[in-house]
Amino acid sequence: MTTEAISPGLSAGTLSGPRGPKPKTVTIGRIGVYAFLIISAVFFLMPLWVMIVTSLKTMPEIREGHLFNWPALLTFDPWLKAWDTACTGRDCNGLKPGFWNSVKITALSVPVSIVIAMINGYALSFWKYKGSELLFGILIFGAFVPFQVVIYPLIIGLSKVGLFATLPGIVVVHTIFGMPILTLLYRNFFASLPIELFKAGRVDGAGFWGIFFRIMLPMSVPITIVAIILQVTGIWNDFLFGTVFAGRENMPMTVQLNNIVTTTTGTREYNVNMAATILTAAVPLVVYFISGKWFVRGIAAGAVKG
Amino acid sequence: MTTSVSIKDLSLNFGNVKVLESLDLEVAQGEFIVLLGPSGCGKSTLLNCIAGLLDVSDGQIFISGKNVTWDEPKDRGIGMVFQSYALYPQMTVEKNLSFGLRVARMPKAEVDARVKRASEILQIEPLLQRKPVELSGGQRQRVAIGRALVRDVDVFLFDEPLSNLDAKLRNDLRIEIKRLHARLKNTMIYVTHDQIEAMTLADRIAIMKNGVIQQLADPHTIYNRPVNLFVAGFIGSPSMNFIKGDLSGTTLSVDGQANIPLGNYQFANQTNGASILGIRPEHIAVGEEARKMPVQMESEIEIVEPMGADTVAWTKIAGQSLTFRAAAEVHLEPGQKVLIGFDPGRGSVFNAASGNRI
Repeated sequence: MTTEAISPGLSAGTLSGPRGPKPKTVTIGRIGVYAFLIISAVFFLMPLWVMIVTSLKTMPEIREGHLFNWPALLTFDPWLKAWDTACTGRDCNGLKPGFWNSVKITALSVPVSIVIAMINGYALSFWKYKGSELLFGILIFGAFVPFQVVIYPLIIGLSKVGLFATLPGIVVVHTIFGMPILTLLYRNFFASLPIELFKAGRVDGAGFWGIFFRIMLPMSVPITIVAIILQVTGIWNDFLFGTVFAGRENMPMTVQLNNIVTTTTGTREYNVNMAATILTAAVPLVVYFISGKWFVRGIAAGAVKG
Repeated sequence: MTTSVSIKDLSLNFGNVKVLESLDLEVAQGEFIVLLGPSGCGKSTLLNCIAGLLDVSDGQIFISGKNVTWDEPKDRGIGMVFQSYALYPQMTVEKNLSFGLRVARMPKAEVDARVKRASEILQIEPLLQRKPVELSGGQRQRVAIGRALVRDVDVFLFDEPLSNLDAKLRNDLRIEIKRLHARLKNTMIYVTHDQIEAMTLADRIAIMKNGVIQQLADPHTIYNRPVNLFVAGFIGSPSMNFIKGDLSGTTLSVDGQANIPLGNYQFANQTNGASILGIRPEHIAVGEEARKMPVQMESEIEIVEPMGADTVAWTKIAGQSLTFRAAAEVHLEPGQKVLIGFDPGRGSVFNAASGNRI
């Protein structure tokens, strides 16, 4: 009976009231949100804009003081100078040696620290032994120890074994300080995998390394990308360890940049300083731009969960 | 019949928690044993002990006459199928199947032959080059079974293999596992919490509770002659009716309101006192059928649940709730007064204090 009452209305298409998707309306709130976002973006991009335009100006034009203006006379000399001939103390080789030092330090520290953390996380997730949870706890506690506290003991320790102020020395330091967070990242990732995968591997006869290399390693590509991003940006941006542990021969780019910018002889070449700064920051920036999606995904999947 | 798997005095503790205690189990060659119980009863733990994935605290495990208590899983002659399939996601089906053989460095020709045979048996040949993500749940579980199959082992261990599948697929794969067992005649030990799977697949069912096997018997005995209240209540859906009363001789007095004569019942160990009569819903007759039964009583129907194939009705006798199963054709409705009857000889009587069958 009820169906009879409704069906004529349905066939005629005269049902009143809302139907289908709700129409989208522009509300005051939404306008406010967009305005806030735009203003924030402008605010945070302002310094970058100033850096870029300043680095492209000649010194006389900078002295005129029009901070935000596009350069009247476009010049790329400051960039070349920053890279090649800017002086840090007595040496006038620009950022170039620093850049290559940073490449060396990063290229060595990133794989070493990641490989160790990966094995750590794997063992702590699947091959639990008496005290493994305690060890993990201590390792995580390491993440909360301020770096400055352990610098002096580390200097003494490294010089005793002859690694202080050497390339292997700085690699060891980066590996140690990357260990807590990377181990946490990998342990949580492996803990999120079904334990049955590990059991199946054991029934199939694979051992510690067999399961690691043939089952777990191929599955940990996404989390490894995250680890690489974390380590590349972290190690490239490092200043403290570079100053203390790298030694004169291996000064990373950040330290060299500092030396160029804080040099007190002669006039301050703002355009060269700006160019040098952008050059130094370029590597992490590029990494972020290329891998932003992965980065967010990995942080969400690995570090927060579990 | 030779013994395939033999578990002697097995105990397992996690810290202070005793998960398994002095457990003994003998499984004959080619037998299909189902470990059945509620979650946390230790059935999966027992399976993991047999597989060698957990170290035991005490006791021994023999497989095919060999003491494997200290052996690695791969050396025990077992294949295992997991609930979550546990397929290696980055490998194709073929690589999944052959992984264990490749780890054991078996010659390639032999590996290929075994993979071919397993994929024929399970009809997964068209899927060999696919990755697990491209398979449906049923296909994945079939590959997981195949991975145990290629190992060419004596004993198959199944850890709730069908629990992740939907109801229809579960029925289909259940039949396939039964066929597989009929064809291969391997020993199979199968863990589940699903009583239908247990009843349909098992040669013998081991019902477990708190790490102890309550009853180990064929499905018919488990269903009709449960040894205690736990087994009686766990098996059967809707579950067995329990009528509490006081037993004296062969008469069960229910709250002084009714006396049920248990003349037909074969007592094994008659003890007077507080007792419970268990009677299955399908053993209660209604209407004309009830007149033929030794015990008859009037009751009023409270709720009717039509199941399609039959109808389950809820009623009360002497203040205690009772369900019975009637043919779908019998018309029943709430408030209706009906005559019900049953034969105590088909029921079970338990001592209320110990919970054991008497």
